Amino acid sequence: MSHTASTHQEASSRMTGISASAHAEAESRRGGDLRERVLDALGQVYDPELDEPITQLRFIGSCVVSPDGDVDIMLRLPTPQCAPNFAFLMGADSRRVVRAVAGVRNVVIRFEDHYTGDEINAALNQGAGFTGAFPGETEDDDLEALRMIFTRKALIGRQGQICEELIKAGTERSRLVEMTVAQLPDTPEAKRVLELRTMLGVPAGDDAPAFVNPNGEGIASDQLDRWLRGARLVRVSLEANGSICRGLLQGRHKLATEPEN
Amino acid sequence: MYEKNGKKYFVVDSHIHLWDASPENWVKGAEAYAKGWIECFHAYQSLGPPETHWSIEKFMKYSIEDFEKDVFQDAGVDHGVFQSTYLKEWYSTGFNTAAQNNQLVEKYPDKLIVNGRWDPRDGDAGLRELEADAEKYKLQGVKLYTAEWNAGSRGYSLSDDICKPFFEKCKELGIKNIHVHKGPTIWPLDKDAFDPKDIDIAATSNPELNFIIEHVGLPRIEDFCFMATQEPNVYAGLSVVFGGLMYARPRFFAKVMGELLFWVGEDKMLFGSDYGIWEPKWQIDMFLDWDYPDDSYSDYPRINEDSRRKILGLNAAKLYGIKVPEGYDVAGAGAKDDAQLVEEPASA
Repeated sequence: MSHTASTHQEASSRMTGISASAHAEAESRRGGDLRERVLDALGQVYDPELDEPITQLRFIGSCVVSPDGDVDIMLRLPTPQCAPNFAFLMGADSRRVVRAVAGVRNVVIRFEDHYTGDEINAALNQGAGFTGAFPGETEDDDLEALRMIFTRKALIGRQGQICEELIKAGTERSRLVEMTVAQLPDTPEAKRVLELRTMLGVPAGDDAPAFVNPNGEGIASDQLDRWLRGARLVRVSLEANGSICRGLLQGRHKLATEPEN
Repeated sequence: MYEKNGKKYFVVDSHIHLWDASPENWVKGAEAYAKGWIECFHAYQSLGPPETHWSIEKFMKYSIEDFEKDVFQDAGVDHGVFQSTYLKEWYSTGFNTAAQNNQLVEKYPDKLIVNGRWDPRDGDAGLRELEADAEKYKLQGVKLYTAEWNAGSRGYSLSDDICKPFFEKCKELGIKNIHVHKGPTIWPLDKDAFDPKDIDIAATSNPELNFIIEHVGLPRIEDFCFMATQEPNVYAGLSVVFGGLMYARPRFFAKVMGELLFWVGEDKMLFGSDYGIWEPKWQIDMFLDWDYPDDSYSDYPRINEDSRRKILGLNAAKLYGIKVPEGYDVAGAGAKDDAQLVEEPASA
């Protein structure tokens, strides 16, 4: 799959949930407003457990940017006791992407009403790792192993969804195991799949198999049915979890209902 | 009995609580945790129908009268199983201990069952406590939290060697139902406590015991399903699946049910309301009317009257040796049963 600049951007816009008007602004970058660029950058931060951008999940409670480029971001999670490890990863990722935005000076990331918010906020803003937030309570400073578990799940689940859509659109099931990356549809879903492959160190060149196990191996044709069932189950699990998170956040912050998709 | 559309159903609610999370019970210095925990539970309640939401004050400590009305009168629950949760680091007298729950069991000995707990890290003292509890509460089951902290340990795995004497003790005492919380986890921070694969090993090594996985391993339903499909003595506890999805996210609920019916099967799924998080009545009522919303779910196993009866009560009745009155069994007597039930304790 090869992207032109414009499809790339369009895909990324749909994935991150940035509105069309925000995009128009982002495209004329030079004149773009710094806050919009910060929000745009936050669209690259994914909830590692759900594999959805935190902007789409409505986790950005507020984003204040001073004229001098100081950024203050308040993240809000579905409950006061959401897992501190995932919270930390999202906070650290947010800080990283926002600091990379041209024109940004200081970045403060805070969690709103979270029971370990003080620990996480302090560690994040000193640039300390997870062990810095919870000394003596964890030996895992970067939480990469945890992130990888869910990256593998996300890859399986999203590939399953692409396969289902292809089958619905008339692709023969047997074709799925023969397809290459270059033949993947030009969709945000497929783009995300390639990002996930890269994160896992799985080759994602044009000639590589379109659908793979998280270890990089292609799918054997005699295992396709079982693989598809398994992939659908992984996706349902991620979606069910995501919908509970959405429901909780909505109830906690009295947000408008989002339609089920 | 729950009555709907002229039919009566035998209901076993396999997951209920009577807790005290009121500020008077918060441990000094741990108030933030005690408060955060109950507020988190309260947020889950918001996923049920609005008319069933409680104020946070009532939610922190509801009365025995509330329990009787919500569980027995309104929902017609025939039998309930208390899943005890201690959390004594946060709540002075415990959140929902076997002793607390037992007060109601003494009042309704024919309707309520209390499950105990053990922690393999307590060693011999833990075994003695289990023996005492088994006698005091006539335990048939326990509820385990593998992610619980204990004296510097950040959780344990059911495949650890230290669990073996506890499984043996359970068999000796006639405790045959091992409920395991595999669901949304808070602590420990860095362990993969969601992962249910330790149950795979424990279930294979202990075919005499039934393993009921509460909350079906959310957020890891897939790991749970892959395992449950291979282990005949592994069951799905549906609390949170019903309460958290059936009303709030009906289309996802249908998918999750479809997957569970496919991988786990209707003989190994147990209704649990998770009361006081959610009242049982609306869950039972809605489930009796429930079917897949449209034909985009045609690939999943169908559900019928017998499936509903099994899930709402008959499956749990078998696990707990509860006698089902005549006329409430499945219509097709002798119908195929996929569950390989462990009915008799190895020795009593």
